[in-house]
Amino acid sequence: MTVIPLGVPRRLLEFTLDGEPVRAPEGSTILDACRAVGKDVPTLCEGDTLTPKNACRVCVVEVEGARTLVPACSRKAESGMEVRTDTERARHSRKIVLELLASSVDLSTTPKVAGWIKEYEAKPDRFGPDAARLNEEPKVDNELYVRDYDKCILCYKCVDACGEQWQNTFAISVAGRGFDARIAVEHDAPLTDSACVYCGNCIEVCPTGALSFKSEFDMRAAGTWDEAAQTETTTVCAYCGVGCNLTLHVQDNEIVKVTSPHDNPVTHGNLCIKGRFGYQHVQNRD
Amino acid sequence: MDLHFGDSKPTDEEKAAVDALLGPPESSWEGADRSDADLRWARGGREARERRDLLLPGLHAVNDRIGWISEGALHYLCRRLTVPPAEAYGVATFYAMFSVGPRPATVLHVCTDLACAAAGAAELCAGTEARLGPGSGASVQRSPCLGLCERAPAALAIRAGDPVRTAVAAPATVEAAVLAASAPDSADEEPPAAMAVPQAGDPSLTLLGRVGVVDPASLDDYRAHGGYTALRRAFELGPAGVIREVTDSGLVGRGGAAFPTGRKWQATASQPDRPHYLVCNADESEPGTFKDRVLMEGDPFSLIEAMTIAGYATGAHQGYLYLRGEYPRALRRLEHALAQARARGLLGDDVLGQGYAFDIEIRRGAGAYICGEETALFNSIEGYRGEPRSKPPFPVEKGLFGKPTVENNVETLVNVLPILTMGAPAYAAIGTGRSTGPKLFCVSGSVDRPGVYELPFGATLGDLLTLAGVRGRLRAVLLGGAAGGFVRPDELGIPLTFEGTREAGTTLGSGVVMAFDDTVPLPRLLLRIAEFFRDESCGQCVPCRVGTVRQEEALHRIAERTGAAAADDIALLREVGRAMRDASICGLGQTAWNAVESAIDRLGAYE
Ligand SMILES: Cc1cc2nc3c(=O)[nH]c(=O)nc-3n(C[C@H](O)[C@H](O)[C@H](O)COP(=O)(O)O)c2cc1C
Ligand code: SF4
Ligand code: SF4
Ligand code: SF4
Ligand code: FES
Ligand code: FES
Repeated sequence: MTVIPLGVPRRLLEFTLDGEPVRAPEGSTILDACRAVGKDVPTLCEGDTLTPKNACRVCVVEVEGARTLVPACSRKAESGMEVRTDTERARHSRKIVLELLASSVDLSTTPKVAGWIKEYEAKPDRFGPDAARLNEEPKVDNELYVRDYDKCILCYKCVDACGEQWQNTFAISVAGRGFDARIAVEHDAPLTDSACVYCGNCIEVCPTGALSFKSEFDMRAAGTWDEAAQTETTTVCAYCGVGCNLTLHVQDNEIVKVTSPHDNPVTHGNLCIKGRFGYQHVQNRD
Repeated sequence: MDLHFGDSKPTDEEKAAVDALLGPPESSWEGADRSDADLRWARGGREARERRDLLLPGLHAVNDRIGWISEGALHYLCRRLTVPPAEAYGVATFYAMFSVGPRPATVLHVCTDLACAAAGAAELCAGTEARLGPGSGASVQRSPCLGLCERAPAALAIRAGDPVRTAVAAPATVEAAVLAASAPDSADEEPPAAMAVPQAGDPSLTLLGRVGVVDPASLDDYRAHGGYTALRRAFELGPAGVIREVTDSGLVGRGGAAFPTGRKWQATASQPDRPHYLVCNADESEPGTFKDRVLMEGDPFSLIEAMTIAGYATGAHQGYLYLRGEYPRALRRLEHALAQARARGLLGDDVLGQGYAFDIEIRRGAGAYICGEETALFNSIEGYRGEPRSKPPFPVEKGLFGKPTVENNVETLVNVLPILTMGAPAYAAIGTGRSTGPKLFCVSGSVDRPGVYELPFGATLGDLLTLAGVRGRLRAVLLGGAAGGFVRPDELGIPLTFEGTREAGTTLGSGVVMAFDDTVPLPRLLLRIAEFFRDESCGQCVPCRVGTVRQEEALHRIAERTGAAAADDIALLREVGRAMRDASICGLGQTAWNAVESAIDRLGAYE
């Protein structure tokens, strides 16, 4: 018999969203409530299985009575709240945040952001040709994955995934401060000298492609990466008895990368080095 | 947690520095030599729980002794505390006073901030740099405000060793600064704290009354001057009674946010979760602020007494005093005062024989303005990067170590003493209806008598500047520090109250008043403010991390321009400023554009 977990019954909160009354279970964020009613709010640092750091600030909304805007991804809904998601004020901040980000980092592999830049009429070039950029060279120091921090928006997701929220390895952290803050291992050493166990869970959560499979990185450099031509097949990892779910991304009959479904109740997208990177044996055709 | 420590080893001296703080390691798991027992026994599980809150003191221990923090030293510290090295590296690189690369044992911090810039900091930097070249064993580091603005320009030398040595040169000549760096032990004594109080000796002073009158090193002298009567009164009133008095007094916080103190205490006291903590915010890194330093140096016991009262009222048994790292003299005086108070039963298991246990630990900051933000301060004490947390939950509910916490500014706490000794009604009668009591103002810049002034709320800006003696032709006054705003010389009628400044479209902040005469180039001043915020942003959120950079760039572009030539960039500044104010996580990003905006709107900086 399958047991369906019902969870603790949750009280419903009532509040207004863009003038309409809505009800959401206690503990939901404003973003949860927006999504439940089909309202789209842009997000970058929010992730489905990690506690958002609310650092990017593209999801800001207006809450009646609050001095500043609030991040929809993190602020819990409260009874009687009056939330407005699409005011001039919120749109202005989103536009500026998109401009600030796009002027300082490479968002070319960040999904959806091009659409938002158009929607909010953001003009990242406005800051002039001398605007400071990250300008980091990709760090290629091992055969499994590449760190291209020129694309990093400092969402902290990889840090949380490597640390206490997922992997408990604590190989990476944010170092430095302000505009000079960067994701780094201790002493900014190569990955191979660090505590990294190559589970690749950080790649799994990275929203911008700053962390990617070496295979993907090389194919992009060669111009052969073609997401449209890829198929995804979810299967079970055959290495050990844990039984993690793998999603194989296949292009031209070759596995080009491996992800893992986040809605799996046991693994939530986590894998180990074998499941994530040990796919070569599958395509060993000798 | 599966920690990986690599194989870099500490030197004997680095190990000694860490062991002096933590005691010798117990097993090879902690970095001791391997013994037979270690082969069969491993400390794990709860035994090996992290002692992460000792990370910042540990980094100080190494940096103080060696002058910088090597890989080996960091790994050893991590092993002792069960902290992942990547995270400890992230913490060490967060603070301006630490270095993770080799550097000379002596660092001369030369202030380049507003008051010092106006008093010739650029020449001081160039002069000391020329004299302290490579091979001198000292390096020059440009620093934000050192909290010595009344004696601008200022320099602070720190020489690593056992013990670490410090010397202050202020007002500094190149000679004095170089002497401080090259022979800190024989550099001139700093003038007594009372020299920073132009009104010293005035019997009507309430908060500053003891500065220059009592011996800051003598508990007996403090008691002879009325010390510890407020604590006795607190024990008579009981915790609820103390909170009632503080609430009735109308006291609001002096740290900048002006939050009612009684309400904060009540909210913490009533939390069922235990333990409760008390934190005194003595980080004072707002450019132009030095009042807390003068209080701590001149009357250290009053802060200890006030913290004891606050702890008693809110149900805390442990207090933390988070002191800015650049205040060596305040540190020495407070450490001495704490030891005396402990020895005399005024701290410890049974304060004054009343059955109340309370003690205070000093935690030293390491050069990060953002750590003055209340939640960043908690993270800093806990051994994490000093990044603000998002609120809610608020500190009264989940603060230090996730427990209910009261955090107050030094000046706020010291106000509790007169509230208890004179009674709430008499205290509330001072000042105005909404801003009660006396207030400290830090006056610096183009004035004859810079220093800390105490005035009842309600005096005007003009009254204060008259006391301090404005020099030359006044061009602008910065009210409330870098996060505050400029006002014009024809606005000196602004009453110095929270409501009065708000009505005038500006802010009192923490009580900074910096006067600038017409020899000071405004665009340079604004650039310095922008640079300060860019440098001090923690980097967590995009509007602040990138916005402060874009703000500084735009100000650079228009540094020499006015009128139509500057208009585009001013429009850009307004747009970015608005998003920083609206969408940043904390007060730093939210206020980083205030002063620049006010200079454009009120002073016509680029017209
Ligand atoms: C960026 C930033 C820096 C701050 N620095 C200080 C400081 O140095 N000292 C201080 O007392 N409060 C500082 N504050 C205000 C504190 O966060 C907090 O409001 C205050 O310590 C509360 O004490 P009070 O209620 O006694 O004023 C700062 C706030 C921000 C946003
Ligand atoms: S590397 Fe990716 S996951 Fe990590 S902080 Fe940067 S953008 Fe986020
Ligand atoms: S991913 Fe790793 S842990 Fe999961 S089943 Fe495969 S080998 Fe086992
Ligand atoms: S506003 Fe600035 S200092 Fe505050 S959290 Fe954001 S980046 Fe950090
Ligand atoms: S998605 Fe909410 S702050 Fe980034
Ligand atoms: S000490 Fe230099 S500006 Fe304050």
